[in-house]
Amino acid sequence: MTDRQQIFDSIAAQIAPFNKKEVELTESTTFAGDLEWDSLTVMDFVAAIEDEFDIIITMNMQAEIETVGQLVDAVVKLQG
Amino acid sequence: MTDLFSKFDALIGEREALLATGVRDPFAIVMDEVKSPTLAVIKGKETILLGTYNYMGMTFDPDVVQAGKDALDNFGSGTTGSRVLNGTYQGHKACEEALQEFYGMDHAMVFSTGYQANLGMISTLAGKGDYIILDADSHASIYDGCYLGNAEIVRFRHNSVEDLDKRLGRLPEDAQKLVVLEGVYSMLGDIAPLPDMVAAVRKHKNCMILVDEAHGMGFFGPNGRGVYEEQGVEDEIDFVVGTFSKSVGTVGGFCVSNHPKFEVLRLVCRPYVFTASLPPSVVATAATSIRKLMHAGNKRAHLWENSKRLHTGLREMGFKLGTETPQSAIIAVILTDQTQAVAMWQSLLELGLYVNMARPPATPAGTFLLRCSLCAEHSDEQVTQILGMFEAAGKATGAIS
Repeated sequence: MTDRQQIFDSIAAQIAPFNKKEVELTESTTFAGDLEWDSLTVMDFVAAIEDEFDIIITMNMQAEIETVGQLVDAVVKLQG
Repeated sequence: MTDLFSKFDALIGEREALLATGVRDPFAIVMDEVKSPTLAVIKGKETILLGTYNYMGMTFDPDVVQAGKDALDNFGSGTTGSRVLNGTYQGHKACEEALQEFYGMDHAMVFSTGYQANLGMISTLAGKGDYIILDADSHASIYDGCYLGNAEIVRFRHNSVEDLDKRLGRLPEDAQKLVVLEGVYSMLGDIAPLPDMVAAVRKHKNCMILVDEAHGMGFFGPNGRGVYEEQGVEDEIDFVVGTFSKSVGTVGGFCVSNHPKFEVLRLVCRPYVFTASLPPSVVATAATSIRKLMHAGNKRAHLWENSKRLHTGLREMGFKLGTETPQSAIIAVILTDQTQAVAMWQSLLELGLYVNMARPPATPAGTFLLRCSLCAEHSDEQVTQILGMFEAAGKATGAIS
């Protein structure tokens, strides 16, 4: 299993408690559109991801992240 | 038809549906007469005001009002200019001197609103490559200050010392950081654990701390400086931001600091430079009020009594409140949904009591709140009346049994 796949799986596990409609997750799943998250959910989720990977996703970065795949890319990059 | 307003269609629809049920619009109240800091006439009905942030009741203080009248006579109705051009009068300097004395700080800068004070301070202090670390429940003016600037923005969970510490630890040590905190959080009326937060911040390099005391000024601490004074961390705070539109009883904003280079901000802070300064009457009322607030120990004591009485009374009736114990002069009643909140709000208004209704996105965790803010001028008799009205409205709307 690649590092990227591992990160995707960890993110998927973090999404699960917030995925009320049990939307199937792919790289192109969007947080606002497909998962229908509001800003409060996003805030809780980002905090959970930050703690899981011991990183900071600034609000500036968050504005650029719309899909699960983009979040995986961001985590890969932030973990260096 | 689709145009730039189409994005508001959902909100327009929601409001139309709500108002179609026959309720009054909670966001369109008109005060036809204002008789005192605690009493107004709304649609012909005398109404107790319990949602004004007029904590110290200075709006009708005879000395304050007289100072405003004198300034109108002597300096005219407005300055028509920026603080850095023709808009600094003797009164603006006198107001800044009053703030320096009130806070015991070397520098004070007066802005035209509290909103602009946060906008200006935050966007100017933290520039490109710097970091702003803010509480998730921060006021809109703090968020907007972040968006106006070019810094990297990092959020921590509300009032969580551990979360703040962890996030600071993940940032580059050499980067400059501005940590923004509030003394009192205005939605639920809870206060920040500033000593613990300050201790967490001081473990990390290159951090400065700004505390917004909009809802703490006048009420907390031996000199009424705010929660940071009450909690004994005065030496650790780099910047205090505040407003004249709450305890001071007029409009305007400010920042005070001991930083030796503070004065340069007057030249580089856009929300300070590119707007007209406050009218002479406003700075005159503010300066007079600030000086009187230095000696307002009795009023502070009475405001605490009011807050404790209302909190205890509402809790005993069975209302769910924003804080377990009374922490400030704000008491938030948490309701289940918009329908119940509006029904309760309207019921109180018909009984003769005005409170603020607050809804998402202004509120934390998507809650619907009736926010009460007490005033030092509320009499014991008025607090009794307020409690009676809450009991009647709560039972009528099913909010309590």
